[in-house]
Amino acid sequence: METIENKKIVVPGEVLATGMDFLPSSGTYRDKDKIVSIYVGLTNVSGRVIRVIPLRGRYMPKRDDTIVGKIMDMTFSNWFIDMGCANMGVLSVREISEFVERGADLAEYFSHGDYVVCKISKVTRSSVDLSMRGPGLRKLGPGKLVQVDSSKVPRVIGKQGSMISMIKDKTACRIVVGQNGTVWIQGAPEDEMVAAEAIYKINQESHREGLTEEIAALLEKKASKNKPLTREDEEPIMERGRNETE
Amino acid sequence: MTSMMHDHITALLQKEMREDGRKPLEYRKPIKVEYDISPKSAEGSARVTMGDTIVVAGVKLEVGTPFPDSQDEGNLMVNVELTPLSNPDYELGPPSVVAIEYARVVDRALREGHALDTKKLCIKEGEKVWTVIVDLYPINDAGNLFDAFSLAALAALKNANFPTFDKKTEKIDYKKKTKTPLPLDKSPLEVTVIKINGTLMVDPTIEEWKSVDARLTVGVLENGVICAMQKGGPKALTMEDISKMVDIAVEHTAKLRKLL
Repeated sequence: METIENKKIVVPGEVLATGMDFLPSSGTYRDKDKIVSIYVGLTNVSGRVIRVIPLRGRYMPKRDDTIVGKIMDMTFSNWFIDMGCANMGVLSVREISEFVERGADLAEYFSHGDYVVCKISKVTRSSVDLSMRGPGLRKLGPGKLVQVDSSKVPRVIGKQGSMISMIKDKTACRIVVGQNGTVWIQGAPEDEMVAAEAIYKINQESHREGLTEEIAALLEKKASKNKPLTREDEEPIMERGRNETE
Repeated sequence: MTSMMHDHITALLQKEMREDGRKPLEYRKPIKVEYDISPKSAEGSARVTMGDTIVVAGVKLEVGTPFPDSQDEGNLMVNVELTPLSNPDYELGPPSVVAIEYARVVDRALREGHALDTKKLCIKEGEKVWTVIVDLYPINDAGNLFDAFSLAALAALKNANFPTFDKKTEKIDYKKKTKTPLPLDKSPLEVTVIKINGTLMVDPTIEEWKSVDARLTVGVLENGVICAMQKGGPKALTMEDISKMVDIAVEHTAKLRKLL
């Protein structure tokens, strides 16, 4: 079995492997006996499975992802949520944690322009279903929003959430990272600015080595001396999505 | 309207802060004016950058007939097209209400501030006059299009030169520009002051623009004379607010005019 280089930059149409030893996963397809990339991105080989992680691009909804979205529209039984991808997410009244009486005005729960944390429960060709049943899934209060590339989200979160918990600790902010790249920050205004700056920097320089140290230095320099939030201040678990692997 | 962003913005304003760390009466940086960005296709052009907002303006000159009530005066037209590429909220098609408002507000300052000496645009009284067309396009709409458009329109007018006009054949040769600039008498410039939850501020971002309570666009001449105004937004303004807003606008137009 030939070996495939990991973390190699590939372009669409590039042959990643030939033969039946490997399996195509997301970002690739099989053309007869070849596995071909469909993105400009980095290869990721784990065992026999090859995937290509795009360097940038729109968010592709995936089941079990936690996303931060904006309420764009509503009907008698659904909210439509923009999460920065091709389809609007559909959140049904049955999928929220509260009981909604028949004929109730949905705007009393979530209204136009509100931001919510949801989990993707189902993805089909034409629709994305969302659910709000689960820890940490809720409507977001006033806070700062930062948009990062969805492919950079694992970097923002870090290994086992190391990066994001460092930012949270140093800036004493509540932070929710959606897999779609929308980041919500709530804290003292100065701290929000510092947290946003750190997240922008990660988004811009995600490829660089030693980024964690740079971010730590930046936070050390700029963050106020506010006490980090304790467990009691902390709201339920935020980033339940994919963490950085390996 | 009570959206999450509105609550966030008003909460910050209570501490005299804004989304991006500015003070209420502070413009985004850098503010930049570039001239002659399209020397081949327009008689005059300019690009204005205000933070992340970028707009371009082009001035075209045509020969047309005067209006019946101003037989010896040239014409001025201002058009705004809001392109979907600059902001996902904009759509293709005939100009929207928003686009028309932008165009008319910019037009009003130029017209009522008598920026152009329209009598000098007359070629033959009652028959032929120059028509000055100002086209404005946002390249990236990150808020405060009024001020950016006004600045870009004025810069493009300053940059414009007449093309060669042959009186015998009555043809314009756009390829040969003359050295004659447009008869620009005065330079009216507009500044928009917005009010959110009782605080007055300038240069709103997109999110601030969406949660505006009231806004006032004031056109000011170089000597501080007010030549145009437009009020917008869902809420009312008090007399006090207006006089404060006008003072702010006069102060900031003077600052912006230095960039030209």
